[in-house]
Formats: sequence, C-alpha cells, structure tokens
Amino acid sequence: MSLPDAIAANVNDGDTIALEGFTHLIPFAAGHEIIRQGRKDLTLVRMTPDLIYDQLIGMGCASKLVFSYGGNPGVGSLHRFRDAVEHDWPAPLEIIEHSHAGLANAYVAGAAGLPFAVLRGYIGTDLAELNPEVSQVECPFTGEQLSAVKALDLDVAVIHAQQADVQGNVMLWGLSGVQKEAVLAAKRAVVTVEEVVDELEPRPHSTVLPHWVITAVCTVPGGAHPSYAHGYSTRDNGFYAAWDEIARDRDGFLAWMEENVVNASEGVTA
Amino acid sequence: MSENGYDAQELMTINAARELRDGLVCLVGVGPPNAAANLARRTHAPNTVLVYESGAIGAKPRRLPLSIGDDDLAETADELVSVPEMFNYWVGGGRIDVGFLGAAQIDRKGNINTTVIGDYGSPKVRLPGAGGAPEIAARAREVIVLVRHSVRVFVEKIDFITSIGPAGAPIVVITDLGVLRPGADGELELTAVHAGVEADQVREATGWDLHVADDLQHTPPPSDEELETLRALRASAERAPGPA
Repeated sequence: MSLPDAIAANVNDGDTIALEGFTHLIPFAAGHEIIRQGRKDLTLVRMTPDLIYDQLIGMGCASKLVFSYGGNPGVGSLHRFRDAVEHDWPAPLEIIEHSHAGLANAYVAGAAGLPFAVLRGYIGTDLAELNPEVSQVECPFTGEQLSAVKALDLDVAVIHAQQADVQGNVMLWGLSGVQKEAVLAAKRAVVTVEEVVDELEPRPHSTVLPHWVITAVCTVPGGAHPSYAHGYSTRDNGFYAAWDEIARDRDGFLAWMEENVVNASEGVTA
Repeated sequence: MSENGYDAQELMTINAARELRDGLVCLVGVGPPNAAANLARRTHAPNTVLVYESGAIGAKPRRLPLSIGDDDLAETADELVSVPEMFNYWVGGGRIDVGFLGAAQIDRKGNINTTVIGDYGSPKVRLPGAGGAPEIAARAREVIVLVRHSVRVFVEKIDFITSIGPAGAPIVVITDLGVLRPGADGELELTAVHAGVEADQVREATGWDLHVADDLQHTPPPSDEELETLRALRASAERAPGPA
C-alpha cells in the first residue's frame, strides 16, 4: 500500500495517535504525510515528542499532546512545542504530562487491555497532582501506596521498522523502544519499512509483529530520517542540531516546512 | 576557560567522574553525565556498567555517543531491552547504583524542577519535562546532580516538583563552584569548593542561606590525564558518522 493511501485510510481528524520510536526508528516520513494531508485536532501521544511532533504541532495538526520528555535530545528546546504551550501558536495545545516510566506503563496497560498500570514513582511530585491520568492505589497485599496510570486507548499507532515479509509480518531490531506496546494498544497500526523481503531471518534483539496485528505496511526506505534504522542508516545528528535554528522562529519554520515537507513528494524526508 | 586551561563544564564532568567507584551500575543521560561516565570507564573505573534509558545495558561505546539512542550503544551492549522493561525491571526494580540528573531549579532538600519556570498553566519558560528523572531520583541508590551554580538555579522554592529529593539516600550536587551533600539535617550543604573558589562566593550564588560544612574540602584540580582523556572522548564524538 502507498503511504498516502495508508494515512488517508487510517488517520482521521480528531484521532488519538502515537508515532513511536524511542531515539531510533522514528517514523518521520509517515508524520510528514499526515502533515501533507492536513490532519487536524489530533491527540498526539509519544514519550519523546522529538522533531516530528515539533513539526506536527507547528503545522497545526494537534490539539492535545501526551508525552514525557519534550526536548531536542542533546540540543535543547523544541521551539514549536514551546511556542504552542507558552503562546498558543498556532493553536492552544492541551498537555497530559507523564514521566517516562508512567507513559511506558500506560502503553503496557493499553497493550494488555487493562484499565491502568501500577508503578512506584510519581509520589510526592507535582506531576501526580496535575495529571488527571495519574492516581494512587493501595496494594491489596501489603498496603503500600502505589501510583496508577490510566491505560492508553489509541485509535492508531504508526511505527517504522527495518523489514516486513511478503505476508506483512514486521521485524525491527536494535533499540526497540515502546513500539510493540503502541501497536498492541491501538485499534489500527500503520508500519513503514526499509524493505520487504521474501522471508524474515531470525536476528538477536529483534521484535516481530505478526501480520494480523498490522493494518497497513508501506515500503519507505529512509522513512526514519533524521532518526535512523539500525543496519540501514545512522542518526543525522547534524540535522538535529540544525533544527534548533530552523524551528526557532515561526516564519523560518513555515518556510522550511513548505519547501521540504508540504511540497515534497511521498517518502522524501528532509 | 580558566587560567589553568580547563572550562567549567570540564571541571564539573571530571568531578562527577571521580564520584563513580569502579564496578557500579550507572544510568547515563545525554550531555555531561554521558561524558562523566565514559571518562570514569577510561580512567579509574573501567568496570563501570553503563545503562542508557533507551534500552542499552552494559554498553561499551567506542566513541562518545551524541544521543542515548546512538547505534554504537546498541552494538556494544550486553543486552538490549524495551523501554517498559528498562523502567520496570531495571530502574524501577532498584538495579541502578548511580543515576545522573540535571536541573533547571533545585532546592535545599534536593527537589528538582525540569518542567516549567513560572506557573504551570501559563509558563514563562516551558522546559522539556520529566523524562526518566522521577524514577531515577526515587529508585537509584545514589544520585549525582550536575548543574551550574547561580541564584536562578539554587532557589528557596522551586516552581514545580518534577523529582523529589532522595530522602535519606545519598545525593551529591556538583557545580562549577563546588560540591554539595546533605548535612545532618538532610539539607544540602557545601562540602567542597573547587580550586580558586571561596565559600562566600558559593553562598552568594545560592538562593537560600547555604550552610558550609565545618571541614570544607578543596577538590583537586583536573589532572592532565583526566583532561586529555575527556578531550579525546569529546573529539571522538565529533568524528561520529552522520551527515553534518
């Protein structure tokens, strides 16, 4: 299936959507296609919003963000995210804010079909007070006070992987993040892959998602750039540093997006 | 750059590396903590186990990783785990000896803010947020905080509690002026100053009435070996692959 067709069929205005990939395999090409199709009012879920959500937020695709770390890793701020929270530009952005452990567990509960997950942590922090999806429970066995996080209920998960086979089974390897949980916590799953092979070969540290939990597979080589696909590409650290300047002011950001995303063709990722 | 030829960041990184005793399991974040842990592994603590929250356990990076998701970490790790496993079994399960934290604001109890400056609902500055910090602060056996010393950072009351100070657990705060540790009352006090720094200078850069330990120490200046190793590490990061 082509990426534009997969996004058109599976991502609707108002959906709760997660584009996952923790520091690796971030599905940039799919995010760019969502921008090109002008989706609105999305609830964006992602542990580390990274540049891709800075772009979606700055282009006005989102009304709500669920996240746990909103920085440009090793560089500094995500300027479009900050502008939305600090100045409501281009639109107000409601935020639901977790710690990494909390949001990871919200994915786990969603994947397991449970209403909530239990963890230590949060207790004593202001996050626990402000996030309506964090509460406390008492352990029925020991009486210990623990934190509860509400399960994620996603309309659609979008991930990038190294390979799929002709049947549509998907394999990713290297740092595997929270992608399995995102796919299993979602009603629909769209996967972009570097390549389609006849048969998947077993590899160490690999995650396989069977074809019957995947809605659409699209071949998009380089679809994670400027993130990377282990074994296929390396992280474009220079672009992460350059983004700081590109995204710093509104006009410069819009001009860059117009040239490199809005008017670019499918699968071309700046 | 000081007269002795090292800058504030190098001074903090080297003092952080010295805190790592050999063989500890160390959760490493991006930036100076990453440099400190890799410096320790290349100098006095070769058996330091590096854990990156991206899922790499026992990584032995050949160059200084520029991000916690660097493919070199994945290739050299003893084990790779998913993010939920990392936080539930390894951090939450209490298997981390030392965790590093940064701070936009810190108070005398070691509570840390990395979320907002100003009011949460209409912040003056929106910061990145929590990441792994709350669990690291709560579950690591020791916490090392690396932060520049100023009255904007060391404040009487922080604007937002992102991570709570580790009640009773060891915490050390390393700044460009000196080193703070909890005193008998649990509040951070100045236990050491770096070469050329006076205690009054540190008190002036602190937003509360900072107590100075009776036996105030002086940290030894960075050695040639420490500086050379750190600079070689940094140069290795700049040589890392990836289009510029």
